[in-house]
Amino acid sequence: MAERSFKAEVEHLRKGTGDTFTGEGILAITKALLENGVGYVGGYQGAPISHLMDVLADAEDLMGELGIRFEANASEAAAAAMLAASVHYPIRGAVTFKGSVGVNVASDALANLASSGVNGGALVIVGEDYGEGSSIMQERSYAFAMKSQFWLLDPRPNLTSIVKSVGDGFALSEASNTPVMLMVRIRSCHVTGSFETSDNVPPPLSVRDALSSPMRDFKRVVLPPMSYAHEHDKIDNRWPAAETFILENQLNERFGPDEGKVGIVCLGGIYNSVIRALQRLGLADISGNTSVPLYVLNVTYPLVKSDLLDFCDGKEAVLMVEEGQPEFIEQQLGAMLYKEGRSTRLEGKGTFPRAGEYTGQIMLDGIDAFIRQHAPDLLPGKVLAPNAPKPELPDLSQTVPIRPPGFCTGCPERPIFASLKMVEQDLGQHQITGDIGCHLFACLPPFEIGGSTMGYGLGPASNAAFDGGGEKRAISILGDGGFWHNGLSSSIGNMVFNKSDSVAIIVDNYYSAATGGQDIPSSRAKNKSKSTNNPITKALEGAGVKWIRQIDRTYDVTKMRATIREALTTDYDGPKVIVASSECMLNRQRREKPLRNKAISGGERVEVPRFGVDQDVCTGDHACIRLSGCPSLSLKKLDDPLRDDPVAHIDQSCVGCGNCGEVADAAILCPSFFEAKVVHNPGGLESWLAGFRTKLISWLQTRRAGRRLTFNAEGV
Amino acid sequence: MSLSLPLDAQPADPALDGIIKLAVMAVGGQGGGVLTNWIEGLARSEGYHCQATSVAGVAQRTGATIYYIEMAPGTVAAPVFSLAPSAGDVDIIIAAEMMEAGRAIMRGFVTPDRTTLIASSHRMLAVSEKTVPGDGMASSEEVKAAAELAAHKLVLADMDAAALRVGSVISASLFGALAGSEALPFPREAFEEAIRAGGKGVEASLRAFAAGYELAKNGEPEKAAPLRPAKAEIVAPSGPKGSRDAYSSLEARIASLPEPCREMARAGLQKVVDFQDCAYGGDYLDRLEALAAKDSVDRHFKLTREAAKYIANAMAYDDVIRVADLKTRPQRFRRIEAEMKLADGNLLQLTDYLHPRAEEIIGLLPATLGVKLDADPVWRARIDRWFNRGRRIRSDSLRGFLMLYVLGGLRGWRLKTLRHRMEQAHLDDWLKMVSGYLPDRYGMAVEILKCRRLIKGYSDTHARGLTKFDKVLAGARLVEGRDDGPDWVARLREAALKDEKGADLDGALKTVESFAGAG
Repeated sequence: MAERSFKAEVEHLRKGTGDTFTGEGILAITKALLENGVGYVGGYQGAPISHLMDVLADAEDLMGELGIRFEANASEAAAAAMLAASVHYPIRGAVTFKGSVGVNVASDALANLASSGVNGGALVIVGEDYGEGSSIMQERSYAFAMKSQFWLLDPRPNLTSIVKSVGDGFALSEASNTPVMLMVRIRSCHVTGSFETSDNVPPPLSVRDALSSPMRDFKRVVLPPMSYAHEHDKIDNRWPAAETFILENQLNERFGPDEGKVGIVCLGGIYNSVIRALQRLGLADISGNTSVPLYVLNVTYPLVKSDLLDFCDGKEAVLMVEEGQPEFIEQQLGAMLYKEGRSTRLEGKGTFPRAGEYTGQIMLDGIDAFIRQHAPDLLPGKVLAPNAPKPELPDLSQTVPIRPPGFCTGCPERPIFASLKMVEQDLGQHQITGDIGCHLFACLPPFEIGGSTMGYGLGPASNAAFDGGGEKRAISILGDGGFWHNGLSSSIGNMVFNKSDSVAIIVDNYYSAATGGQDIPSSRAKNKSKSTNNPITKALEGAGVKWIRQIDRTYDVTKMRATIREALTTDYDGPKVIVASSECMLNRQRREKPLRNKAISGGERVEVPRFGVDQDVCTGDHACIRLSGCPSLSLKKLDDPLRDDPVAHIDQSCVGCGNCGEVADAAILCPSFFEAKVVHNPGGLESWLAGFRTKLISWLQTRRAGRRLTFNAEGV
Repeated sequence: MSLSLPLDAQPADPALDGIIKLAVMAVGGQGGGVLTNWIEGLARSEGYHCQATSVAGVAQRTGATIYYIEMAPGTVAAPVFSLAPSAGDVDIIIAAEMMEAGRAIMRGFVTPDRTTLIASSHRMLAVSEKTVPGDGMASSEEVKAAAELAAHKLVLADMDAAALRVGSVISASLFGALAGSEALPFPREAFEEAIRAGGKGVEASLRAFAAGYELAKNGEPEKAAPLRPAKAEIVAPSGPKGSRDAYSSLEARIASLPEPCREMARAGLQKVVDFQDCAYGGDYLDRLEALAAKDSVDRHFKLTREAAKYIANAMAYDDVIRVADLKTRPQRFRRIEAEMKLADGNLLQLTDYLHPRAEEIIGLLPATLGVKLDADPVWRARIDRWFNRGRRIRSDSLRGFLMLYVLGGLRGWRLKTLRHRMEQAHLDDWLKMVSGYLPDRYGMAVEILKCRRLIKGYSDTHARGLTKFDKVLAGARLVEGRDDGPDWVARLREAALKDEKGADLDGALKTVESFAGAG
């Protein structure tokens, strides 16, 4: 069901010792898990590791052969909680979710896991969704590692290093009885490259076998006084054990000359950008051999003090390259140097901007400034005095429009928000909160609906202050993914219990559409290893919601609008929940288009709908676009001297969902829209009848044309 | 401690020049991933090290997105590649849309010292461009001018159309253009082999590849000059002889108009005759000639030109009869069949989405009766109940077609209707205002004519247009005595076209009132 299938790639996961794997980062991580004897895996989808979940799901058969349990967890909290299996049992487990929001959701379980400590290696693979392409707030998961004391790996972004860090992570976890978080940034998840594979290893103890001989040890339970002991254990035993392991196995790397008056410390994940800047400054060659001493933190927490101080020894200045804020590592390094009375000058934030992504230019400028200030003699003459000034280019910032992501062509959510916008045109603006998911695009033009998003499944909960109702009711949006993740309890349960006089709209697009089509309990698909087809309305009833409206075709704008209106105006003062269901069009097209093309070439009768606009009837006001924003509904300039403004036009990417026609009808916009259904391979009688009709219609048209003037150009 | 070294002791590694840095700037859903896979496959098959990255996720949902590839010859040991492009450090940019090319230039990825820019000149409009009630389309010309300055080498052509023509998608034609640009040190055959290795839709992709290759090598053929004006002069309308004769005499009247206005007047005349009949066309010319008589050559006949355009638009208003007429014409059926690429043996089913309201029905009634019913709330509600609902009319069926056909045939009736009377009154008031400014305030007259552009749409949209029109005209009266009066009217009109609700217009009106209201 997932948007992208990895079935073909998954076969490469069977490669053994002596083979080379070439492909994407997420596949490499999966292969590494298999090579390291993992006993169970799980996680929750979300960029940038959604596809990792898809890979795991597609690799379920292979994992079954090896005796590995795969669980598609209900949330990040559920995923982190699953690692409890490694607390007592010597079984390696790995879960994956996105940071930093997934880490926030999972923080309770992560804190308890870290306090208990682990016996088997426990690995949390977190996709750090930071900078360009990030869909969330800009924060760092690092803080969680510090407060809960689990270790954080941030390997260099090449496949060999990433694969190695999976094995290192498990071993480090076991050596220090501490869960380990492996961080991969958005681009490392999708970076391509190669690595040498080794044989897959079945887990020495499978979770099935573990059930036969349960283990427990009350000292591991997070309850006083054991929890006090856990804190001491973390500092007195686990931390030193981790430091020893990191040093002995050289998890952190040094490059460049041993000696030098300056040095650079960077996180593994941004090593490549640092090298690129050094290459551009003439301070590194193509293979990364640098003339500036470089300390690469593949383990960013804990910092190994002795090793870092050793690196700084004898250096006049050290540059800490650490993206994001706060600058956790720089602060720790500063404290180390100060407390040891060192005179090495520490540069970092200040040389670099305090906030925002370290793009190539920022990296270049930062390192350039550092070297210029502390070791200008290292720089080649060309860099010191560039010979050509940068060319002046025209400013396009007023010309090029921004292009944020939006609803796809034919998206079933578009008519929901068009309806809501129309209701607001009648009843006035309402208090609206959004949630996480594609439906959050409704915040953007042309809908501009919803003013906040507090977290996954928290749409209705974030309207709780307005639960008491008022002259106008508050509206909240919730996706089906968010509903099952957290919404049923935190949002719907909250509404029911507090007798909320507000409206929640649940956008049900048949699976977790925004993250790529992963199944959830209400998915309509049949999934052989998961229980699907559990209707949301039943869960709502069970939770105590009395006013429920199920809409099975969101494209019925008239009905959608009437239902929202009813929810906002009914006398009923309890929670009102509308479940608006239609399948995600992106995935639906991916599935149906090939089947349809096959049916057409196989001679079956197939109707293919598409919409159009009569260009002579359209007046070029674009009201339809302001209620749609559909990518296939665009503009066209007519070759008509009498027309000033471009008219609406539907291009061939239209999937015939009908939203534009429905909206034009419901909002009484204009009569320009039509649906044109092309019937492929029509039946004999059907063709004959159509021919007869066409003849009659042509006769009428000719008759009229004979009584009037007809100009050459159409519809002048 | 390192020794102080001479300035040129660290020559840049010459192998660094061997790294090729390539970014693909696309709109989510354009197939940038497929293109990236081809490039990567190509580089590896030619013995290069290659690394690609992308920022997947929500960006694929019609947002601007970027793919980044670096490659280096296989002879280099373990090159370290960057995962993101840097300003001033990109060799090849492939932009899959005109504004994405602009974005690449804006972000500094296109520099004259090194960058080959391969861009498709077609437009995928951003939402902000489409929602403007007037014309909000960004200027491709500005981006093109910038691209010519910024790029070391520029390949700019409509790669989307080139791919569509051969039944494929833009990723393939861009890949062809990349080959044709010779920015990569690989032969054409290796590119084609990469497509074959991909295994999906190979034949169609290869056709689009060839089209893109051709465009990069030889550019786009010059477009033939539009034939339209010449054609319109030569081709006479078809129809009954009486009407054709009547039309010829109308055309003769156009010949006596000043030359710069004739083309527009001819288009206008055709529009109103098509809307009603030749007698109505005569009315149009009467109105036009009255204004032309007050125009002069030293004003370049601006007034007549604008009058030719906007009087025609005002006279050919959008009523039920016109819509039904347009929807039943054979030309319309032919256009839709072409647009839907109807193949032999396929059938076309056509459903029109119509939603008449009481106003439209009352507007169709004879003027006196219409006025009466319009004023009677009971009757209004009754008519509303009978007619006001969304109708899906199968205009390819006999029943549906006949209904529209009969409605479209009511042209003889039109001049008696309430709607016509209202439109006439509005037209007369407007033209009276225009004439009132002549001859002394010529600029004001021209600008008031142009305000007709504000009236468009149907139902609420139409009503909103009328309101804006009235507001701008009211604003015009405040500044009519000023030298810069016409400029202010133009500014008000532009503001009215910017947003739906008219907030910009209200703001502009406030400004006008602040300096003109007091005086």
